[in-house]
Amino acid sequence: MSAPDVGRAITDSRGGLSIQRWTRVSRVFTAGALAIVVLLAFVPLLKNGNLTQKLTALFLLVIMSAMWNALAGYGGLVSVGQQAYIGIGAYGTVFIAHHGVPPYPAMLLAIVASGIIAVPFSFLLLRMGGGQFAIATWVVAEVFAVVVSFDQSLGAGTGISLIELNRYGPQNRQSYTYWFTLAAAAVLLGLLFVLLRSRMGSSLQAIRDDQDAAASVGVRVMVGKRVLYVFASVGFGAAGALTLANTLFIQPDSIFGVSWTAFAIFMVLVGGLGTFEGPIIGAILLFLIQDWFADQGVWYLIGLGVVAILFALLLPRGLWGTVEERFGLQLMPVGYRVRGLAKSLRPDRRPPADGEGTPLRSGGAEAEIPESL
Amino acid sequence: MTFVNALIQGIMLGGFYALLACGLSLLFGVMRIINLAHGALAVLGAFLAWAVVDKTGLSPFIALAPILAIMFGVGYALQRGMLERSIRAGELIPLLTTFGLAIVIENVLLATFSPDVRSLGGTAGIVTTMSWRVTRQVSISALGVLILVVAVAVLGGLHLFLTRTRYGRAMRATAQDADTAELVGINSRAVYARAAGIATATAGLAGVFLAIRAVVGPLSGPAQLIFAFEAVVIGGFGSLWGTLVGGLILGVAQTMGALINPQYTNLAGHLVFLAVIAFRSGGILAGREANA
Repeated sequence: MSAPDVGRAITDSRGGLSIQRWTRVSRVFTAGALAIVVLLAFVPLLKNGNLTQKLTALFLLVIMSAMWNALAGYGGLVSVGQQAYIGIGAYGTVFIAHHGVPPYPAMLLAIVASGIIAVPFSFLLLRMGGGQFAIATWVVAEVFAVVVSFDQSLGAGTGISLIELNRYGPQNRQSYTYWFTLAAAAVLLGLLFVLLRSRMGSSLQAIRDDQDAAASVGVRVMVGKRVLYVFASVGFGAAGALTLANTLFIQPDSIFGVSWTAFAIFMVLVGGLGTFEGPIIGAILLFLIQDWFADQGVWYLIGLGVVAILFALLLPRGLWGTVEERFGLQLMPVGYRVRGLAKSLRPDRRPPADGEGTPLRSGGAEAEIPESL
Repeated sequence: MTFVNALIQGIMLGGFYALLACGLSLLFGVMRIINLAHGALAVLGAFLAWAVVDKTGLSPFIALAPILAIMFGVGYALQRGMLERSIRAGELIPLLTTFGLAIVIENVLLATFSPDVRSLGGTAGIVTTMSWRVTRQVSISALGVLILVVAVAVLGGLHLFLTRTRYGRAMRATAQDADTAELVGINSRAVYARAAGIATATAGLAGVFLAIRAVVGPLSGPAQLIFAFEAVVIGGFGSLWGTLVGGLILGVAQTMGALINPQYTNLAGHLVFLAVIAFRSGGILAGREANA
């Protein structure tokens, strides 16, 4: 039996209502986003090395934030181990470049390799749910870190740099890395956008809202999660390869470090878990905070931790999720909007917690028994 | 003979892992959450003990009494202040908040105690140096035996608590079905808070033993969390005796790995863990009815 066509099911709704994806705001904004990407492509021509490098770092944060959100926000998969793929992307680049491939094509190959490696691990890891998945991903990252630290040709525990990049002058190297990172961020976000708008995207958003309910109407939950896991791993692989290109030197303890995940969680929680725009906002915020406070050392990290906890407890939909809920605003149209409903009935993209979205939850039936029979 | 020695050392190390893991196992059994701050809480217990021993000159074994009480209180407060809200907010949130908490604890310890590693080994008295030499290659350290005995005692005590006492029965009832437990007059909030208190106290206990048998630094938490988690998964989630078995297997795997090459210590444990999730995802005891 095939899954019901979610898109058609919605368009078949009762008369008087119509379905739309694009609104004027989202049309303007999507066009604006494309224009910004095009404008950003000209930044290296300003020959401001500092600016170029900083923006590269920002794009890297955007990639990590969006990819982590793809996993957690849409697949319900909290991974504490995506740094495995940051490390694979970075060390994969070094490894491939040592075998005679020019550095930038080597990065591309390493990114592909991240995705290929993610496939078998997705079978292993997705057998587990929730917290077990979380720590198991972490163990996988540790295994990769240990294996790399055994390998003398990869610099073992002391680290290694991508000397092959020296063939380009510093200015060109910075520009190429910038363009590569901008392109990677744009392509990954574009793919995520297309993925979320596809039929699989509807399944993914259903999985996010209620995995059991989604499965009960025929959504293939496992396939959706596997696609997300591999996609996010490609994204983190790209972040790793380009982190290497931006910083030139890597070391297993830091490139496979769990602090990448800590930053990703902060960005996604603050920006808005399960929204398209939120993680980008979260990345910009973290970028600014890093710029202002990173020299505060441990207190900066304590602050990030506390803020993340407070957002999780008090504003679990993050800044953008809250705005979206309050104003019904969606800048990047990844959902559907129903026209013609009374204002008070304006649909939230998420079903209410105790609504029809949760038919499989036990205990509901008992609660319906009236007190006086 | 070195093989026999590695086996014995592994079993004693496994006792430590079981002790480290039982709180994680209990909290998962009762509340279905995985506390990503478990390792950081163990390290917090170790640093509190170090501070007490440093200030008062007491033996760490005496300092344990107030530390356990404090850690119970920390766990209780944690449940009331943070976990309770997190659990209500959905499945993902407890993972995110406990991860955030781990980062906060780690960095507060860094800010307070500097990144140096510390040990309580020098202050714990004769137990750290005493050992029985069975043959030329095989020796059994008193501390290893002590930790193994404590681990078995804590797990046995928890088992008796859960099966024989009123509080324990209330905890199992709440774990099975909190709403129904409420119907028969059980205060599930209090039950959860007690479970979190006990889990945190055992984490603190394990942390103190870690500091006695080795060294701890503010950033030791993640490794301890991973070891505890591996022990729980290898043994099978939700079973306390499974956790003991899982701890022992992990310990033996690590010492056997170290036998080949000391660098392989952790890797061997990780590989056993990955093999278990690949081939026996219910844990090594899967198939038997877990009764704890």
